[in-house]
Amino acid sequence: MYPETFRYTKEHEWVLVEGDTGTVGITDHAQKELGDIVYVDLPKLGIALAKGATFGSVESVKAVSDIYAPISGEVLETNSLLAAAPEKLNEDPHGAAWLVKIKLTDPSEIEQLMTVAEYQTYIGA
Amino acid sequence: MSDSAALRVTPLNAVHRASGAKMVDFGGWDMPVQYSGIIDEHNTVRTAVGLFDVSHMGEIEIRGPQALNLVDHISSNWAAKLKIGQAHYSGLLYEHGGFVDDILVHKVADDHFFICVNASNQDKDYDHIVAQHAATGFDCTVENAGPKYAQLAIQGPKGPATLQKLTAVDLAPIKYYHFTDGIVCGIPARIARTGYTGEDGFEIYVAPEEAPRVWGEVLAAGAEFGIKPIGLGARNTLRLECKMALYGHEIDATLTPLEADLAWIVKFDKPAFVGREALLKQKEAGITRKLVGFEMVGRGIGRDGYEVRLNGEPAGWVTSGGPAPTLGKNIGLCYLPVAAAEPGQSIEIMVRNQPVEARTIPTPFYKRAK
Repeated sequence: MYPETFRYTKEHEWVLVEGDTGTVGITDHAQKELGDIVYVDLPKLGIALAKGATFGSVESVKAVSDIYAPISGEVLETNSLLAAAPEKLNEDPHGAAWLVKIKLTDPSEIEQLMTVAEYQTYIGA
Repeated sequence: MSDSAALRVTPLNAVHRASGAKMVDFGGWDMPVQYSGIIDEHNTVRTAVGLFDVSHMGEIEIRGPQALNLVDHISSNWAAKLKIGQAHYSGLLYEHGGFVDDILVHKVADDHFFICVNASNQDKDYDHIVAQHAATGFDCTVENAGPKYAQLAIQGPKGPATLQKLTAVDLAPIKYYHFTDGIVCGIPARIARTGYTGEDGFEIYVAPEEAPRVWGEVLAAGAEFGIKPIGLGARNTLRLECKMALYGHEIDATLTPLEADLAWIVKFDKPAFVGREALLKQKEAGITRKLVGFEMVGRGIGRDGYEVRLNGEPAGWVTSGGPAPTLGKNIGLCYLPVAAAEPGQSIEIMVRNQPVEARTIPTPFYKRAK
């Protein structure tokens, strides 16, 4: 369920680092907690994100939740799939429904994030 | 889960938890917000039938020779106009015209009225009615009867067919906002053709200890129609599409029925009731703000509490907002200056500090085909 290659935050984001690029999403646990997702607000390209800062929001039928940058960097790409099909976040949160790709400014920050084992313990999975 | 010890529970709490429902604190009650998913549950009620546990709702019973006098004193609608077996929506108001609560008044007998009230308001409502009772001295009793009833709502086009399988009472002659007492699943029940979804269906009141069995029998009876249990999440999207008020959102102590577009529950022809003088004054002076529906034009969802702007200036606030699954758009209700509270007005809703275009539209947003 939770990929070994990802690192995780307490706010239920994940990041996959490949070279100096990080792909960021929300976890399956997060999408389940949110319920039916109906709207995703993502940042503009080129914006600098600081680790821990809000960079967008995910809205379910019931509520809106902030999403936080798990790692610092510049937004390279946002997932255009989600504007038309936000429900993909419920279906494939660890795959097709990634949120943003960022160019990392400090790849060592990854060490501060939870491993899959730590995250699964954290959510009681 | 550690906080849930302090929360109040319905007789069906263990049933919800065992079925894997997602539970939330709803006004101090541990209630299911969703089972299969809000949109799926919403669509199930619109197209088939859904079962709701609404046992958290309160019931207040007024009995005695002057029960009607007390009801018509505390309630803004006119209970004297009710026939036995009929119910209506009404306001329980303060002297200043704001809402203590919104209520459903059922006339059980000439000397017996059964009032369904909001869960988190029931003790406040009871205290208010008791104080009015003491002040007027009408010859009747007031009972805070919430713990005596579990309430289940069976809502949707297949709601009547589902319930009919569980009772010998012929449901067909029971008209909307009428009720009867009869046997359901072998036990006494109050069977009311009322609801909070905009669909056909019933709300039944039964003894709490029987609720888990009745719940199971209703689900079994509705299986052939695709019945599903429905949580408070879909209850909210269903009622919003029909523009039914929710206390704490469209109405509260600071808002009057005239402002909330509920003038029809205020019967000025009735000589006296709590709040009448203030409302008459407000009616004569003219209201300054009014509840109106809107739909989002730009990308974004206007949600409860968001500021509404007219020509860039703060002008009102959103009371309820969100996606309307049946309509496929984002809708909401908001208070606006009365001059702007007409359909077709362009407005802006401040979504996370950014203005997003919206426009006022006629309500109800959804009305079922007869």
